Amino acid sequence: MTKSELIQRIAEMNPHLYHRDVERIVSTIFEEIAEALSRGDRVELRGFGAFSTKQRDSRVGRNPRTGEAVQVEAKSVPYFKTGKQLRERLNE
Amino acid sequence: MAEGTVTRADLGEAVYQEVGLSRNESMDLVEMVLQEMSDTLVKGEMVKISSFGTFSVRQKGQRVGRNPKTGEEVPILPRRVLTFRASHVLKNRINKGG
Repeated sequence: MTKSELIQRIAEMNPHLYHRDVERIVSTIFEEIAEALSRGDRVELRGFGAFSTKQRDSRVGRNPRTGEAVQVEAKSVPYFKTGKQLRERLNE
Repeated sequence: MAEGTVTRADLGEAVYQEVGLSRNESMDLVEMVLQEMSDTLVKGEMVKISSFGTFSVRQKGQRVGRNPKTGEEVPILPRRVLTFRASHVLKNRINKGG
């Protein structure tokens, strides 16, 4: 399922809403999550999962093609942990 | 940087601010989106959100685990796990803030 298919399904469930409003609603949700993560905040959606960022130290990496050593800067990477309820539903 | 936690209520509030719906309906829509994503994943289908990331379900085989307290070997049954792969757009946004 893509974002536009998700928008389509939500629009079908809500025939009283304009399609463009459903687009804004769905976009706002992901935008808020992305914004929170870039502030360094966590996003906790009970039952679904939690988004957070993890710190990675700088390290010496290697260009896999040339074997040349390159410095990789410290960075934050996004992380998602599946919520208990969804994890259980996946294995019912 | 303040470490806060964003919840469903905050997402509902953001939707409320963005579109001219009631707070209740905004909350319901947030719930509907999460429900629709969950249902799709439970069916084994992946969910791809452009410039955000991809959620996919992976099948894990059986392996032998160990009870860390007793050292006893216990089989970990085959199961399905959800993985999230952030898009480059999201990764870059997260690092721009520092």
